Amino acid sequence: MEIILFAILLSAGAGFFAYNAWKVRYNILLGQDIDRSDKKGERIKTMVLVAFGQKKMFSRPIPALLHLALYVAFVITQIELIEIAIDGLSGHHRFFYFKLGGFYSFMISFIEILSVLAFVATLAFLIRRNLLKLPRFTMKELIGWPTKDANIILIAEVVLICCIFSMNGADEVLYSRGGSHVEFAKGHYDFAISSWMGPLLFQNFSIDALHVIERIGWWGHILMVFAFLNYLPYSKHFHILLAFPNTFYSNLEQKGKFTNMESVTNEVKLMLDPNADPYAAPANPDEAPKRFGAKDVTDLTWKNLLDAYTCTECGRCSSSCPANVTGKLLSPRKIMMDTRDRLVEVGENYRKHGKGYDDGKSLIGDYITEEELWACTSCNACVQECPVNIDPLSIIVDLRRYLVMEESKIPSELTGMLTNIENNGAPWQFAQSERLNWANED
Amino acid sequence: MRVPTMAEKMANGESPDILFWVGCAGSFDDRAKKITKAIVKILNKCQVDFAVLGTEESCSGDPAKRAGNEFTFQMQAMMNIEVMNAYEVKKIVTACPHCFNTLKNEYPELGGNYEVIHHTQLIQDLINTGKLILEGGETFKGKKITFHDPCYLGRANDVYEAPRSLIEKLDAELVEMKRCKTKGLCCGAGGAQMFKEAEKGNKEINVERTEDALETQAEIIATGCPFCNTMMTDGVKNFEKEGDVKVMDVAELIAHAADL
Repeated sequence: MEIILFAILLSAGAGFFAYNAWKVRYNILLGQDIDRSDKKGERIKTMVLVAFGQKKMFSRPIPALLHLALYVAFVITQIELIEIAIDGLSGHHRFFYFKLGGFYSFMISFIEILSVLAFVATLAFLIRRNLLKLPRFTMKELIGWPTKDANIILIAEVVLICCIFSMNGADEVLYSRGGSHVEFAKGHYDFAISSWMGPLLFQNFSIDALHVIERIGWWGHILMVFAFLNYLPYSKHFHILLAFPNTFYSNLEQKGKFTNMESVTNEVKLMLDPNADPYAAPANPDEAPKRFGAKDVTDLTWKNLLDAYTCTECGRCSSSCPANVTGKLLSPRKIMMDTRDRLVEVGENYRKHGKGYDDGKSLIGDYITEEELWACTSCNACVQECPVNIDPLSIIVDLRRYLVMEESKIPSELTGMLTNIENNGAPWQFAQSERLNWANED
Repeated sequence: MRVPTMAEKMANGESPDILFWVGCAGSFDDRAKKITKAIVKILNKCQVDFAVLGTEESCSGDPAKRAGNEFTFQMQAMMNIEVMNAYEVKKIVTACPHCFNTLKNEYPELGGNYEVIHHTQLIQDLINTGKLILEGGETFKGKKITFHDPCYLGRANDVYEAPRSLIEKLDAELVEMKRCKTKGLCCGAGGAQMFKEAEKGNKEINVERTEDALETQAEIIATGCPFCNTMMTDGVKNFEKEGDVKVMDVAELIAHAADL
């Protein structure tokens, strides 16, 4: 009976996750193409250092250590999940216990110690968010759902860890009384934490009650994992998976280099070429002319969209953004959140009404305002700070390009600056013929 | 001060080792012109075979590109590339990190392939090879100097060490701001902000940055960018500290120390 229930839950959990993951993939691939298939070696190295090795987290050591505890605990606990799956499907109890012997105790002890550290980290994160109210966790884009989302995840982690210790602790007491399913003999698991915490908590319970607690822990653990897995695609917490592809596909160019717009290059070449035929037919007459810059999420590249799903809303970008720290409207984190939220909306629309459906809304205007975009100094602090190599600046620039080149919406002083460049080759009104005057001035 | 132009050099059948790209600020802004002259003095002193484009130079297009106008940018870039390729330019030095970034990273895709260095890198090389000796001039020994990282030199192109090594060559005490190097705070001028009023907020970015600098108790705020120079100078004025704290380009400090 339990086996059937487990098998149903396992396939439902995995199936539903696969469906949601497919939706996310579909949405990301709505983006424009960009080639990130080069330099595989460097990409793998970046992924290993930044995602696996958490390199960029360590520019802030205390949160980095707390986060590391959670991260390592999460990764190592996957080993235990393999056993839970085997036990759940086969009806065994602690399948690896006899197979691995002393190493099993060592491994579970390791998981237990990491779980305690993760517990401490989770509490610290809850305190930091809800009691200390760190500025980057109280910015206005986090009001409402994002804050709730963060707390749900942290509380789920606390529950998960409690389940692990109920399971191991109750089983330890059962085993010491000869009542554990593992073998109906007396013994000790010798796990680092539950070997003393179990008796401390559960010594006075009856064998029947202990069996219930052990099962609650076991089922609670695996149910939380299924729930968590399926919560991910709806949550900011997707970074635990997407951090890996996102860092792999990082921009490996110098941060100062903005993308070259090929479509513009062709036109400028025509303009500068005295032999060009202005009435010549375009090279690809079937190809619809692409929009300059980005008005909506589908004008952005798939990497921009992957960035948006990878963002876990930590706010390091915004806390280092010169515009944000001086009270301007711009928040790079909000740029990423808006991009993701709009993409989810566009994806739903496309699946419901057909690809290309226009709901009359766009990323610019309905989500991101011009004022936000013009506050950016393009200083790259947000790009530098992101622990998973998200690039909010490239989105900001593409949105600016749309405003300027498609809508001619630009602050008036900048119109003057551009006119000067076009007329006299300098952003100020000085004649190009006076460019060398400094050499003769004292 | 000798300032040969590429046209003169070409007329004499010469091809200089390096083009000094002066930039718009360096050509027209009164404060930045002083930095340009300091660099020329250093180049002259070290007998570097250089030339400028003079009236053939035009805006690199950086502010147009950052403002989102790719057309204006590419027009500028292609015209400049045409001029520089005609002169067979191989190597460029510039005192403006914005020009530096654009020439180095954004011109190659449009047909302009040059080795581009920042003036602090060139000066570092001149000192290291013994061509420039810092003696006879103003002494900076023991003076507290802080360096403000220009975004387009630091984060954008990972040049952090060259300007700092020059400050250390002055025997000065290099004091770092709490936000420095990769974490350096922008002066507020990048991304075409230099040419417009800031959006509404509760503080100007250059004031926020100048606070960082003043906190170090430095007597000199050194920079390597004409726009940062303007922003920091305005920031110091905002705190009415212009009597106590000077904002100088690293090239000017070197020129003073070498009595140029």
